[in-house]
Amino acid sequence: MAEQQHYLRIEPTRGWVSLKLREVWEYRELLYFFIWRDIKVRYKQTVIGAGWAIIQPFLTMVVFSVVFGGLANLDSDGVPYPIFSYTALVPWTFFANGLAKSSNSLITSAGMLKKIFFPRLIIPIANVTSGIVDFVLAFVVILGMMLFYQIAPTANVIWLPYLLLLALATSLGVGLWLSALNVQFRDVRYVVPFLSQFWLYATPIAWSTTYVPQQLRPLLGINPMAGVIEGFRWALLGTETNPLPMISISTGVAVVLLVSGMFFFRRMEKTFADVV
Amino acid sequence: MTDIAVRVEGLGKQYFIGGQQARYETLRDTLVNALTGPIRRARKLLRGQATGAAELDETIWALRDISFEVKQGEVVGIIGRNGAGKSTLLKVLSRITEPTEGYVELYGRVGSLLEVGTGFHNELTGRENVYLNGSILGMSRSEIDRKFDEIVAFSEVETFIDTPVKHYSSGMQVRLAFAVAAHLEPEILVIDEVLSVGDIAFQRKCLGKMNDVASEGRTVLFVSHNMATVENLCERGIVLEKGQMVFSGTQIQAIAQYLAAINRRDEALRDRTDRVGSGEIIITDITFRDRSGQALEVVKSGQDVDVLFHYEIRDPDFQPEGVHVSLEVRNQMDVPVFLQSTRFAGRQLQAIPREGTFVCHIDRLPLPETGYRIGYSLRKQKRYIDRLPDALDFTVVKGDFFGSGRVPPATMGIALVDADWSVEPVRVAQV
Repeated sequence: MAEQQHYLRIEPTRGWVSLKLREVWEYRELLYFFIWRDIKVRYKQTVIGAGWAIIQPFLTMVVFSVVFGGLANLDSDGVPYPIFSYTALVPWTFFANGLAKSSNSLITSAGMLKKIFFPRLIIPIANVTSGIVDFVLAFVVILGMMLFYQIAPTANVIWLPYLLLLALATSLGVGLWLSALNVQFRDVRYVVPFLSQFWLYATPIAWSTTYVPQQLRPLLGINPMAGVIEGFRWALLGTETNPLPMISISTGVAVVLLVSGMFFFRRMEKTFADVV
Repeated sequence: MTDIAVRVEGLGKQYFIGGQQARYETLRDTLVNALTGPIRRARKLLRGQATGAAELDETIWALRDISFEVKQGEVVGIIGRNGAGKSTLLKVLSRITEPTEGYVELYGRVGSLLEVGTGFHNELTGRENVYLNGSILGMSRSEIDRKFDEIVAFSEVETFIDTPVKHYSSGMQVRLAFAVAAHLEPEILVIDEVLSVGDIAFQRKCLGKMNDVASEGRTVLFVSHNMATVENLCERGIVLEKGQMVFSGTQIQAIAQYLAAINRRDEALRDRTDRVGSGEIIITDITFRDRSGQALEVVKSGQDVDVLFHYEIRDPDFQPEGVHVSLEVRNQMDVPVFLQSTRFAGRQLQAIPREGTFVCHIDRLPLPETGYRIGYSLRKQKRYIDRLPDALDFTVVKGDFFGSGRVPPATMGIALVDADWSVEPVRVAQV
């Protein structure tokens, strides 16, 4: 009992409350266990297993290549359309799956919310983060396709970790808003698939940003996923779009989404156990 | 360093519960409501005054004005009837839900055990679940590493520790879950009735473990319905009634207080306000009569008895057809003895008058002599119309259930079972 005595005061809170990120840090082992559990059980009792992480974006790429690359003959920044769209679909799938999982995360953990205390922020964070494993698997296929099409990566690949972080922050930011709302309004469950569909087409995944006038292009970055995807193509495929202005706008928006999402989540948190 | 472990001061927790839905008389009202309803509901939800799609205007205080202190190393039992606020108190203490008023001060790390096996995942092996569940309960990884062998030995599932728990029997799952929980070592331990799981031998083992915990000088707050456990484990008792603390003192006094309170009928049923449900029909009284129509004050074991639920329809527009009535009987120790209902009996009550009685005909009452408590519920389409889990106390006196003039002592069981006996020789199996 040499350690300092732990003291805690529990009292009602009102309105906006502090994020208590320090507490999240203290519970980092639990966060690690949640991520670990998520990864362990994800493909249990499936035949194809982790192959699903590749099949999802890959088949979408095939469809896009036929419809948009073939039939509609859309421009693809001077690289073959399949790799143009697949390079975008990999970070997109990471984002969209993270969003879908995190927005339902509090509902699926309802049992735990009612029976045990831990910083609730951990749940959506774990749900988004565990998607990185799928991302890595699907990413390996990008490398294979680059070999196939004889495309060498540029030095800008050092930006990739940052771009992944940007996708994670966006996914988590929106996921925090939606998960907290989902506890109260189950309507969210029906909104998410629609939102993600809509967002997919609003993001330059199937189409190239060259369709937008050069001066207006950075504004696409208001959608943080546009910055992420443009960045991926630029870093890996060497498309000459110079997306840095777009990425900076995206970063700003992602930070706003993430911080506001965390505050909103914390504000709603006290009702979770009573309402979920 | 103070010698206080837990200080609770003026604690209150308010919940929003379902009130009467407003009625819409005209098409215009209905349309206006359909348009403005979602907006109003959204605003209320965000203020926490509703749940799901229902608007909840009425509030109840699940806890009010609770103040007490627990010293370091004390083992305190929290007792009270169902719905007295015990679980809410534990939830506030373990930070699962926030109080509405007052505060709690905790000196020391709190571990709470409101359920065993929280977060168990069927697809993971026993070993993996020990780590997962342990960390959910607040153990560090190195702590689990250190205690792992002990936990596995305690759970008695060594051979299957690397098998996914979906292949475990339910008993094995519970044992493993409890083994993890039993090795939690916080300074303040908050426990809800989790000992009521597993087989008798395992329960005894858990009680032994709890005794160790208590004797190691840890502070324990313990909710239980089992008075024997409270008496053995605790030094102090706190009695809650309708969200208020009515007693705090030695555990022996607390138990006496609690038993006296549950056996006291302080209000006429008609005036009870602690009912649950929408209230279109309410039960105003419960009485007993024998088959000749004679009213009964006390009931005898083995007697044919009718339980009469006198009701009143409060809402003139209410269609009472399709209502289901149920009768729940618990004994003095709050152990459920039986549940009977129109649904189980396969009965659909037809032509229900505005005022009358629902009658439950019980043949040869199979209960030994002791005190009981009746609860009831009226439901229609899975919705409570009226419910009181502790509507009335009644006493069963000794009666000739078997027709042999003999009955077992009341300590030998909570039910009387009719049977016949014979003797048979060993038969050689025919091929």
